[in-house]
Amino acid sequence: MIESRATRIGLKVWTLLVVLFLHLPIVIIILYAFNAQTAQGWPITEWTTKWFSPTLHDEEMRQALWLSLKAAVGATVIALVLGSLAAFAIHRFKFFGRDMISFVFILPIALPGIITGMALNSFFVFWHVNFGIWTIIVGHATFCVVIIFNNVIARLRRTPTSLVEASMDLGADGWQTFRYVTLPTISTALVSGALLAFALSFDEVIVTTFTAGVQNTLPIWIFGNIRIGQQLPEVNVVVFLILIGTILPVTIAQRLTSESGILRTRR
Amino acid sequence: MRAFFELLPPLAWFFLLYLAALAVLFVSAFWSVDPFTTEVVHTWNTENFREIVTSPDWRRVVYRTVGIAAAVTITDAILAFPIAYYMARLASPRMRTLLFVLVLLPLWSSYLVRVYAWKVILAQNGILNWSLEKIGLPAANIGYTNTAMWLVFSYIWLPFMILPVYASLERIPDSYIEASHDLGGRGFRTLRSVILPLALPGIVAGSIFTFSLTLGDYITPTLVGGASSSFIGNIVYNTGLGAAGNLPFAAAFASIPLLVMAIYLLLARRLGAFEAL
Repeated sequence: MIESRATRIGLKVWTLLVVLFLHLPIVIIILYAFNAQTAQGWPITEWTTKWFSPTLHDEEMRQALWLSLKAAVGATVIALVLGSLAAFAIHRFKFFGRDMISFVFILPIALPGIITGMALNSFFVFWHVNFGIWTIIVGHATFCVVIIFNNVIARLRRTPTSLVEASMDLGADGWQTFRYVTLPTISTALVSGALLAFALSFDEVIVTTFTAGVQNTLPIWIFGNIRIGQQLPEVNVVVFLILIGTILPVTIAQRLTSESGILRTRR
Repeated sequence: MRAFFELLPPLAWFFLLYLAALAVLFVSAFWSVDPFTTEVVHTWNTENFREIVTSPDWRRVVYRTVGIAAAVTITDAILAFPIAYYMARLASPRMRTLLFVLVLLPLWSSYLVRVYAWKVILAQNGILNWSLEKIGLPAANIGYTNTAMWLVFSYIWLPFMILPVYASLERIPDSYIEASHDLGGRGFRTLRSVILPLALPGIVAGSIFTFSLTLGDYITPTLVGGASSSFIGNIVYNTGLGAAGNLPFAAAFASIPLLVMAIYLLLARRLGAFEAL
């Protein structure tokens, strides 16, 4: 180690502070789910779980949740198919414009959300498409593809090609090789990619407002309530459940692959 | 041949849908709305752009958006570099994995929830003012200001900066740093002449996200920004979807971040940021 003692201590303290900065707001908002008052002040003087039951039975919230779940499943399935197909092709063959394609895939998340949202909105209006669950799914699938694509291609790059060659040498046809060799090697990458794509779709709000029409997804329901400051105790409960609900899939995804997500690190 | 069939569906999706949609957006920016019928008129004119460029109000919105996006990017780079350095070069493997998860978890927890958390924290009777009062300081009252937006954006996008910077630092071989020391480069000199230039692609890669995501947001300005703190996104949202709908004008306004990002991405490519993504 070349860094001086002072530098090392300084870096350690900085790291600790940044981690606290990243997590304290989340911890604080979790506490509010148990706030007995309807006002959102600090400190919380009275604790309760009384908001959980009315929240879970709120018809509007349930419809929004159901729409979000359906849209996230639809977007994830489409992204799985498109993303892995693209990863196979790009991994296996070198051709003109290969880098261009990965660039195009990342555009929906690299470009500001309102651009993707506004673009899809004008596109649907131009073709007189009615807004509904399918327009939401199309929007979400578009920015989820890159996650599956990145996950699968990173896994394919780390898998030696000799495995596939061996399978072919031993007389397996293309389908058998895919079924018994390729699929098992990429399966965890697919699962973790799917979990992350699902989480991303479930949470998305900017593109969604431009493609949802009059329907509410759960994030739009939350946003609407926060903006005008109504039903905040219910919002707090939903927020708490969402946080708990996302920790699980993300941790699983992280365990399955180290290459997850939009930002992969090469190891 | 097989690659062609594999590529066809994803490419069709992106070209016929996404890129076509971007094209429609860009073209419709040159259309206008008939003031009497509120129908979109498909005649080519640059009126929308002229209005944006000449109106001081619209210009202020653009400056505010780009200015805060730049400030957020710089803040995140400063916050991220030391922790990324610690993760890449000093932390034990177990510690590194732990930090990795600790940085990733907020990134994947709901964006809206995190903005909401800050709205509650920064409120007049929120925890920030309460804590300041407890230690005898005056209340900050930064809720609903540009400062609040800067703080919240920096918070929200910070993981997007830490991860690529970490990746680029991790790839610097120890021998480079040792060589610099052997040649007499003291700590700061090594940092400036060896580490920073090699970390630059990672910082630029992170900045694509921090800059672009701030540029295209309207949720944070709506929830924690003040009365006159509209972003480009708010204008696009209000004119594109609002009651007084003017889709062509919204499209014209949305092409500003598109243009800014196109230039930014080209520059980033020059600096090798795409290798670091």
